Amino acid sequence: MPPVFVFARLTVQEASRRRLLLALLVLTLLVVGFSAWGFHKITTVTRGDGSLLPPTQVTLISSQLLIVVTFMYSGVLALSAAVVAGPLISSEVESGLLLSMLARPVRRSEVVIGKWLGLGVLVALYAAGSAFLELTAVNWATGYLPPHPIELVLYVAAEGLALLSLGLVLSTRLSGITGGVIALVAWLMAWIAGVVGDIGTGLQNSALQNVGTISHLLLPTDGLWRGAVYAMEPDVILATLRAAGTAGRANPFSAVDPPPNAFLAWVVVWFALMLTLSIWSFRTREI
Amino acid sequence: MTVPRGEIFGFLGPNGAGKTTSVKLLLGLLRPTSGEAWLLGETIGDLKTRRRIGYLPELFRYQGWLTAREVLALHCELAPLERSTWREEITRALETVGLTDRGDSRVSTFSKGMQQRLGLGAALLGKPELVFLDEPTSALDPVGRHDVREIIRGLSARGTAVFLNSHLLSEVEQVCDRVAVVDHGRVIASGTMDELLSGTAVRVRVSGLDGAARTKLAGFGPLDDEGEHLTFTKLDIERVPELVSTIVAMGGRVYEVAPRHQTLEDRFLQLLHEEEA
Repeated sequence: MPPVFVFARLTVQEASRRRLLLALLVLTLLVVGFSAWGFHKITTVTRGDGSLLPPTQVTLISSQLLIVVTFMYSGVLALSAAVVAGPLISSEVESGLLLSMLARPVRRSEVVIGKWLGLGVLVALYAAGSAFLELTAVNWATGYLPPHPIELVLYVAAEGLALLSLGLVLSTRLSGITGGVIALVAWLMAWIAGVVGDIGTGLQNSALQNVGTISHLLLPTDGLWRGAVYAMEPDVILATLRAAGTAGRANPFSAVDPPPNAFLAWVVVWFALMLTLSIWSFRTREI
Repeated sequence: MTVPRGEIFGFLGPNGAGKTTSVKLLLGLLRPTSGEAWLLGETIGDLKTRRRIGYLPELFRYQGWLTAREVLALHCELAPLERSTWREEITRALETVGLTDRGDSRVSTFSKGMQQRLGLGAALLGKPELVFLDEPTSALDPVGRHDVREIIRGLSARGTAVFLNSHLLSEVEQVCDRVAVVDHGRVIASGTMDELLSGTAVRVRVSGLDGAARTKLAGFGPLDDEGEHLTFTKLDIERVPELVSTIVAMGGRVYEVAPRHQTLEDRFLQLLHEEEA
């Protein structure tokens, strides 16, 4: 097996042996069970005259609640990616774990790409697995499914991968704790900057709008989150938001349009840049 | 400086002298700012050459969540060795370092010494032509140290060159064919044991000498002052009577004079003394 895949396998194996996967699975099942109960409760809510809510209203409420629940999942994914990626290389350099392996015919780029791949597989698996379980539970409880579930998974997974890539770059130079904290703060700042951009859109203030745009370019997590939100918005909500004009766009939990293709192309370039930067940084680091 | 195949080469120096840095440079783990070096006929940093090299780092650490067999299999894979040979290689490595009965235990349950043994086993996989051992016995008990010396001799007997980094001088003296002494990143002496240890050392037990008197004894060559015991690390045997009379003339009392062949430690201290001077 080429060294890249050996390091990818090791990363997955470590997460499994250290029971990270088991912990995530148990927590996800708990959240899914709890949210299924919550979603089911929506269908039992009665109006003033004692009648149940009509299906259209159940769908509307479910769609908006699902966006909030998904925000929690994306948060867990971003947090986990930042915490795991932060020490991915630095801790192994500091402990000496990498010394004997790098004395083998192994390129440092293979270590970086392998670890990115391994953690990337875990992020994708978690995004796909948790989305499947959550959407199945919501569908069972309310009969609602978001309009674009595949795109939803892709956007949430890409958000996790972005945090992982940032954590990896930091991990080539900084200690695990420092890198993890910086990645986490960057994720929160990007989200806040996105909210500032929303306010700019609502107020039609280009300076504030630019804050959102620049943050999407520097760290595309919030832009990807908006893609996930768009994938969950039913047509009726989209129509209402569009009718509201710029005010309808000023909300971090709503998206009127899908992310532009230029942004998606930038995300691909951004990933390539982060990986290249990680490789260069690790290659020039003394160990 | 050249290390021929099959030789056990000791690389000595005080802490911070540059021993580990030199090994990392040779293995391509660090980039040299200047100079050249070759390993097995290739310039340092060549990836293919690393297939023929084993390395036990000073800072040894292995995946605690893997078993010893799995760690060795990982190194077989990275080496890379033919998959059909892995089982035999792993079994032999575990046997050589005395970990056969712990092969299926997780490394996290190992003591420091056992982890160092495991690292040595990993370095021996695939019968390398050159093995770098950086302080290979730092975590071992006397039995373990004896075992490692035997392993090193075995490697040399089958034609493997061993580059032994150590500051355990008695250990180096027992196994090495040739040594180099490094200080502040510079080789200050090198040669075979016979070439380096040609002189005589004299150990004297004295009392009644103050600091000034001890300073005056510097005329008798490098001095290792341990209070009651003074060791002149390189002193011609013919000068012993003169030394004794000088000590007595300065008010000192001599209880014991023991000339002996210079040990590596004597020579090492002498070299560092000369370097400082």
